[in-house]
Amino acid sequence: MLRIPCPWCGLRDESEFRYRGDAGRPRPAAEAGLDAFNTHVYERDNPRDWHTEWWLHIAGCRRLLRVVRHTLTHEIRSVEAASQPQGAERGR
Amino acid sequence: MWRLLREGLRGQQGWTRAWSKATPRPRYRVLIVGGGGHGLSTAFHLASEHGIRDVAVLERGPIGLGNVGRNTTIIRSNYFHPDNIRFYELSLTLWERLERRLNFNAMVSQRGTLNLFHTEAQRDLFTRRANQMRLLGVDAEAVDTSGIRRLVPLADLDNGRYPVLGGFLQRRGGTVRHDAVAWGYARAASAAGVDIIEHCEVTGLRISGSRVSGVETPGGFIAADTVCLAVAGHSSHLAAMAGLKLPIESHVLQAFVSEPVKPLLDVVLTYGAGHFYISQSDKGGLVFGGAIDGYNTYAQRGTLPMAEEVAAAAMTLLPPLARLKVLRQWGGVMDMSMDGSPIISKTPIEGLVLNGGWCYGGFKAIPAGGLTTAHLIAHGAPHPAAAHLDLGRFAAGRTVDERGVGPSPYLH
Repeated sequence: MLRIPCPWCGLRDESEFRYRGDAGRPRPAAEAGLDAFNTHVYERDNPRDWHTEWWLHIAGCRRLLRVVRHTLTHEIRSVEAASQPQGAERGR
Repeated sequence: MWRLLREGLRGQQGWTRAWSKATPRPRYRVLIVGGGGHGLSTAFHLASEHGIRDVAVLERGPIGLGNVGRNTTIIRSNYFHPDNIRFYELSLTLWERLERRLNFNAMVSQRGTLNLFHTEAQRDLFTRRANQMRLLGVDAEAVDTSGIRRLVPLADLDNGRYPVLGGFLQRRGGTVRHDAVAWGYARAASAAGVDIIEHCEVTGLRISGSRVSGVETPGGFIAADTVCLAVAGHSSHLAAMAGLKLPIESHVLQAFVSEPVKPLLDVVLTYGAGHFYISQSDKGGLVFGGAIDGYNTYAQRGTLPMAEEVAAAAMTLLPPLARLKVLRQWGGVMDMSMDGSPIISKTPIEGLVLNGGWCYGGFKAIPAGGLTTAHLIAHGAPHPAAAHLDLGRFAAGRTVDERGVGPSPYLH
C-alpha cells in the first residue's frame, strides 16, 4: 500500500488516488511537428529510478499532485500541487 | 517409464541436466538478452527452423524465475483485433503441437476458456468478437446461462450486483504448465546447439555508429552481429542503454494461488464485471489474478488494494471460495505498451531487434513470439503474422488498439 502525503489532506492511502502517469512530458508547441508529438503521446522514459508523476486525489481534495516516487522502492520523495512550478527536487 | 521407476527407487539421483551450463564465447552471430519464454523460444526457432546455431541466450538470474514462471498459465486466441487473432491463433496451433516438437511434457490442457458477460452492451461486444474469430476460422461459441451452469456449477450467476447473462467459450483455450515451457524450450534449444548462459546480466549495449556490436557483461564484452532484447518488463531499461525511448511503461501484475483442493473448476473462467480470471492447476490450487496495480513500478511485488479487488471479484462470482486460504501471492513486471499490443520489431539501431511490450499477453504468445522473432532475425524482414507489431506503427498512426480506447499504457 502506497501512502501519499497530500499537502491538503495529510497522509492518505493510494486507493484514494488515481494515477495519471508521467508528469515530465511537457506538451510540444502546436507547430512542433509530428516527431515531437509522437514522442509526447507515445514514448516514455519509464525509468527504474526516481519518477515524476501525476496523482489525482479523486476521493479527497480532488487536486492534481506532482509526486516524485522511486519505481523500485516506492519511496516518495516529494509531493506538490500541479499548479506550483516544478520544485528544485526534481526526479530527472 | 522404466527410467521413472528406476529413479524412483534410487532417490532421483541419476537425472542429467536438461540443458548444459555454457560459458560465453567472445563472439556469437545472435545474442538474445533474456532467458524467459520468448528468449528461449526465439533461440529454439533460430536453431531448428533457420539453422542458426551460433546463438547465446543471456539470463540475469536462473532460467524460469522471471515472468515465464510468474503468469497464470493461460493460453487462448480470443482477441478482438483481426491481426491479433491471427497472431495468437498461430501461437495456439503451435501450443497444440508443442510437446511433440520439444519432446517434453508441458501439460498442455485445452480445457476451454469461458468469458462471462453481465450487460447487454457486453453481450454485443463479445458477440462481435466471437463472430470476428469465426470469420477467421477460429473456434468460438456463445453459451447461455444454462450452459454456463453446466460448465461452472460453482458460479453464482444470479447475484444481485452483477448477474451473469451469458458467456463465450473458446474450447481450444486452456492452460500449460509454465515451468515446463521454460525447461522444455531451454532443453530443446541447448540440444540444438544454443548456449544458455545463466547469471549473466547485460550491463550495457555497445553501439558502433548506428549499429549494435555486442553487449557488456560483468564477465566482459561479448560481440554479436544481432542482439535481440527479449526482456519484457525491463525493455525500456535495456533500450535506454542504446539511447532508445520506447512506447512502454513498466507495471506490476499480481497473481494468487489458493491451497489445493479437489477438482472443482475445469475451465479457465473470466469475469466481465471487473478484471478477474481463474483456473485450477493440476495440483488442485486455484490460480487467479486481476488487473495491474496501476502505477509505474519495477518492483516484483503488488500492493493490497488490488489484492482486495481481486478477492472481491472472486467472492462475487464464486462465493464458495470464501472457505479457501490464499497460499501464495506474487507480482511480475509487465511491459505495458501504449496500444495494448506487443512489439516484435527492428529498431532504429541496426542489428538490434526488440521482442517486448507483451502487456498481460506474453505467456500465451511464447511459441509464436519466438517463431516470428526468429524469422525477423534470420530474414531481416517481419514474419507475416507479426508484421503489424512493428515499432514504427505508433509514429505512422496504425496502432493495434486492442480495446479501442486510445494511447494509454493501462491497456492489455
